[in-house]
Amino acid sequence: MIFEFDKLDDLAKRTILAVQEYSLFCFQAVGNLFRAPHYWSDVLTQADMIGVGSLPIVVLTGFFTGGVLALQSAASLAQFGAQAYTGRFVSLSMIRELAPVLTGLMVSGRNASGMASELGSMVVTEQIDAMRALGTDPMKKLVTPRMLATVVMLFLLTIVSDTVGTAGGAFVAVVISAQNGTQYFDSAYQALVYSDLGQGLAKPLFFGFIISTVGCFFGMKTTGGTQGVGRSTTQAVVWASVMIIFMDFILSRVMLWIFPPI
Amino acid sequence: MSTPTQLGLSTSESDASSADPIVQFENVSVRFEGPPVLVDVSFRVAPGETRILLGPAGVGKSVLLKLANGLIRPDSGRIFLFGEEITSMPEKQLFRLRTRTGMVFQEGALFDSLTVRDNVGYQLMERHLPVGEIDDRVREALRFVELEHTYDMLPASLSGGMRRRVAIARAIIDQPELLLYDSPTGGLDPVTSTTIDELVVKERDVYGTPALLVTHRLQDAFTLATHRYDTPSNQMVPLPQGQTNPNTSFLVLYQGKVVFDGSTEGLVASQDPFLKEFLA
Repeated sequence: MIFEFDKLDDLAKRTILAVQEYSLFCFQAVGNLFRAPHYWSDVLTQADMIGVGSLPIVVLTGFFTGGVLALQSAASLAQFGAQAYTGRFVSLSMIRELAPVLTGLMVSGRNASGMASELGSMVVTEQIDAMRALGTDPMKKLVTPRMLATVVMLFLLTIVSDTVGTAGGAFVAVVISAQNGTQYFDSAYQALVYSDLGQGLAKPLFFGFIISTVGCFFGMKTTGGTQGVGRSTTQAVVWASVMIIFMDFILSRVMLWIFPPI
Repeated sequence: MSTPTQLGLSTSESDASSADPIVQFENVSVRFEGPPVLVDVSFRVAPGETRILLGPAGVGKSVLLKLANGLIRPDSGRIFLFGEEITSMPEKQLFRLRTRTGMVFQEGALFDSLTVRDNVGYQLMERHLPVGEIDDRVREALRFVELEHTYDMLPASLSGGMRRRVAIARAIIDQPELLLYDSPTGGLDPVTSTTIDELVVKERDVYGTPALLVTHRLQDAFTLATHRYDTPSNQMVPLPQGQTNPNTSFLVLYQGKVVFDGSTEGLVASQDPFLKEFLA
């Protein structure tokens, strides 16, 4: 029994320590935005890798998600003679919820893992120590540019996903469900209010922060050689995905409180 | 009647001990998980001095080297670098001090994604020096290690020995006031090891930069102590029989403690059972 309590005690301490370390890591990463030197060229390189590199998967995911939403909703709505509301259903679902979350999860799978493995490899091959020995702060050089680039690019990728998702819905509605395209877009447009856009565009800012800081945190804390790199990569994707879903719930609740439904 | 070599040794040692040390450890202890790695370690590196840190694998030599550069913090004791105490110095201030040192890591630790030119010129690029000046100094550093042809190559296309030589070029490009070598010959074949030894001797004898060199290979350690760099022939040559480099001395670590701190002659003549077995 005492043994079980010891294990529990140890687990609690390690969890609190990890939360503390992650919090300090995030404060430092954000604080570096206001401290010289700034590595703008690294921000652009990362923006290219994260943003442009993720574009194909975001476009494909967004398009087919919009399409499947239109497919499912058109069949259900037709039972009530409300098929004309397909556009409204797709645009609201995509812009408020699905585009930010799915884009976040896609970018997390691609980039949180990439950051964790890249930085983890640098840690185990002493490249991070070498960087420190050469007088460069790895947090400023490696972490802050990734954080800034991910936040900005996820915001833009979400807008792309909103657009192609709505277009995917339109494609299905017009080609498969034989609906009127003008009616679809009119319904989609009329349903939207500023709070929907605010909600949908605020989320990627938080998700981008989570993806980059979790990816970099696990990468920078890597120990145990190549096996450790693999472990960090897996942990980064799992935790970033879980935290995105959790943050989505919190943000949705906060947004509903700020912008109550009429 | 003292020989010139002995006189040289005593004069040099006297100069070294009277000058402010470049690195000084005072009762430094450090422990990670498990038993302590270093226990009450004290030593100093004087200006112009090359100290060779010997010891069996896993004894804490690399940890000691990282402590000297502030990459790891000790649990107790004090460490001074260029006369400034770095034991609890904030990382931001340490970056400034570290730019005055050059460090060669065990496997080279070159940045994978950068070319040899960008690796060697990294510090200069960080200081935003003109591109032309960076190019010239990178070529000069690469010429020193005889790898000018690798200028545009990526580290992945270099052999192990070439990577160490590029790492040495990166460490010396900004004319550091202290060089830290972490097993520069570890894992290399004897011929390549000799090439690296030659570069270390060349650096020591041409620029006179104080250095702390970690190795577990006795052959390398004694090569450094018993050879000098001959500028006209551009190669390392042995010192006359019985002579050793007066500015090169030894530290031996065993079970986390310094068990020997002194000259080559003192090390060879030591009657300590561990040292006798280690040197055998």
